Amino acid sequence: MEFLPTQIDITKEPMEVGPTCHYVMGGVEVEPDTAAAVGVPGLFAAGEVAGGMHGSNRLGGNSLSDLLVFGRRAGMGAAEYVKSAKAVPVSDAAIKAAAERIQAPFTRSGGENSYSLHAELQEITHNLVGIIRTGAELKEAIEKIAEIRKRSANVSVAGGRKFNPGFHLAFDLDNMLLVAESTAKSAISREESRGGHTRDDFPQLDSKWRQVNHIASFDGKEVTVRKQPLPALPKELFDLFDVHELEKYMTADEIAKGGAR
Amino acid sequence: MARKLKMRIWRGDADTGALQDVTVEANEGEVVLDVIHRVQATQMGDLAVRWNCKAGKCGSCSMEINGKPRLACMTQVASYGDEETITVTPLRAFPVIKDLVTDVSFNYKKAMEIPSYEPPANLKPGEARMQQVDVERSQEFRKCIECFLCQNTCHVVRDHEENKKSFAGPRFFIRIAELDMHPLDILKNRKQKAQEEHGLGMCNITKCCTEVCPEHIRITDNAIIPMKERVVDVKYDPLRWLGTKIRKREGIV
Amino acid sequence: MSGVFSPTRAKIKERTLRTDKWWLQPAITFGVLISFVIYATFRAFENKYYFAEPLVSPFYSPCLSTSCVEGASLFGQPFNNQYFGIGISPALFILIFPLGFRMTCYYYRKAYYRAFWMSPPACAVAEPHTKYTGETRAPLILQNGHRWFFYFGLIFNVLLTYDAILAFRDAEGHWGHVSVGTLVLLLNATLLWLYSMSCHTCRHTLGGRLKHFSKHPVRYKLWSWVSVLNHKHPTFAWISLFGVAFADIYVRNVASGAWTNFYFF
Repeated sequence: MEFLPTQIDITKEPMEVGPTCHYVMGGVEVEPDTAAAVGVPGLFAAGEVAGGMHGSNRLGGNSLSDLLVFGRRAGMGAAEYVKSAKAVPVSDAAIKAAAERIQAPFTRSGGENSYSLHAELQEITHNLVGIIRTGAELKEAIEKIAEIRKRSANVSVAGGRKFNPGFHLAFDLDNMLLVAESTAKSAISREESRGGHTRDDFPQLDSKWRQVNHIASFDGKEVTVRKQPLPALPKELFDLFDVHELEKYMTADEIAKGGAR
Repeated sequence: MARKLKMRIWRGDADTGALQDVTVEANEGEVVLDVIHRVQATQMGDLAVRWNCKAGKCGSCSMEINGKPRLACMTQVASYGDEETITVTPLRAFPVIKDLVTDVSFNYKKAMEIPSYEPPANLKPGEARMQQVDVERSQEFRKCIECFLCQNTCHVVRDHEENKKSFAGPRFFIRIAELDMHPLDILKNRKQKAQEEHGLGMCNITKCCTEVCPEHIRITDNAIIPMKERVVDVKYDPLRWLGTKIRKREGIV
Repeated sequence: MSGVFSPTRAKIKERTLRTDKWWLQPAITFGVLISFVIYATFRAFENKYYFAEPLVSPFYSPCLSTSCVEGASLFGQPFNNQYFGIGISPALFILIFPLGFRMTCYYYRKAYYRAFWMSPPACAVAEPHTKYTGETRAPLILQNGHRWFFYFGLIFNVLLTYDAILAFRDAEGHWGHVSVGTLVLLLNATLLWLYSMSCHTCRHTLGGRLKHFSKHPVRYKLWSWVSVLNHKHPTFAWISLFGVAFADIYVRNVASGAWTNFYFF
């Protein structure tokens, strides 16, 4: 096999490989039938941005079927929503505050470089919230992410508003920090190993944890994570499986109940 | 093995612009997009550049590198000499927005003008059947990632702005060819339309589209020339035309 | 200002920023094609040294006028050696066909549009023309007649193959001999067949025009074979051009007595 742009023939010479983040399993919590975001009226999410679809690990190709099914549901859900929804009132003060916030990075000078903060955040999540995780490292990551969040309030940007990637990144940083902090705090709470989440200090799969999702919320300053019970597997689906197969993943109590009626 | 790389990057907008000299570090194995990102992160925070997958599959980072239309993510820095200055400019066939970013909406307008696939009216969902040999033929055209390097390099529009209204360009000739060769497509007059509305006759088969295609689609040999021959069947070949009047001949619609 | 200097485009003053030798390929094409045209014109008007039993030059076969030397006319002499008092070389009655085939060939079109007309001289190098209409109007719309020249080209291939077969004789007409001339004519005929069979029109006619390959397995097979040859069409276009020129040069030198046609047996 030949990798043309790099001109490396891996049958003859070694090839450098490394892990990268290529998908986020978590995402916006949505109602499964309408793809409406829980707690944010008028927001609909489908695809990688929506959470809960792929369990603890997405299988190759499944995001395409996710897009097709939940993209359609989101479209229909949104269409249904606008029929009854009224415009949300927005105060002049809120608009002014948003405009100021957008303008702010241009008014500062000598502040943080958004690209450098981005690179540092990548470094932290790659090293400490990566493939193999430990409680101590996650704790360190959470502290470091909080540090970056503080510094991100002081980003300054050069140039104008037209197609300015440094300017865009200043705002993307907020979202990246949100995802990084939610991921790290959910990961430190989940004391087991499952799917894409591997804890070196809790290497075993624990069926009790399968019954729980972690829901992250943001108060403007920091992310808090709470446990939320997962709906039980309906009986008609439960019956489709060989019970010995389910025993690998479910607690004895769940097996005894035989699925939700 | 980092080294100092000399670059000239075009910066500007629709009104004005110039090539700016920069020196940037380049590491072994890096592509031009990597070093552009390093310039952006360390020297030109507001340098506009479109990119996405960094794997040659999204078609976003089309630009001109040392005058050649290329994908920046698929162009190795090492393919240039150690002392060579690498010059990057935006695509030169489309209106520039800022720095390395151009407005490629011309292509989307043209895409909308191509009549879409039309299966027989009585063909129900799930009933369509195609043989592998027929599938393979259009598979090549389906590799298109819409980077629009072919559209950019085609001299018909690159060198003649006024031709844009009457010329669809190579990317859409492969679309037309794919549909005209599709066993289940029954739309009449695709060939006439290709010639009369989409400007197939403007093409003088100088093959630059094929030369720049990062997916190595043989645009000229497998799509444009076959379409030109099909147009001859319906427009410029009296014998073939007569043949269609006497008995139905496959493919000539 | 048009093209890359249009008002909306990035303001770059260079016609191209290419740093490679983009002009080399069109320059070579120009040089080789112009040399061939000059040589072919000279030979077409020369009207001698085209026949040396049993070899006939491809420029003069079939020889159809009353001025043809004895033995060169295998298909009669329907044309006079002069019209309106002007002497006409027999080559001029026939050369339009192979010339037309090559002039309308999809590969040569690319080659001469780039090298001669500079439209464009090379990829991403601005062309010098202010107007461009491609092949939409006369005379270039006639390029669509390529298939007719292809059909005539096939007839010429048969004739030149026949000439090569006749070259398996000695100067007295006895069969079963092979000379350098035999090989030259045979090679020329083979290259011409390869050039014709790899042609885009040939590919279209044999199977390309079909909508369903699956319903025409034989034509699909033929199309597949021709597609393989078609990849090499530019190569065949060049080497068959050299082949024709060399065959003529060989016959001319034998006919003029400069070279002796060596017989292997």
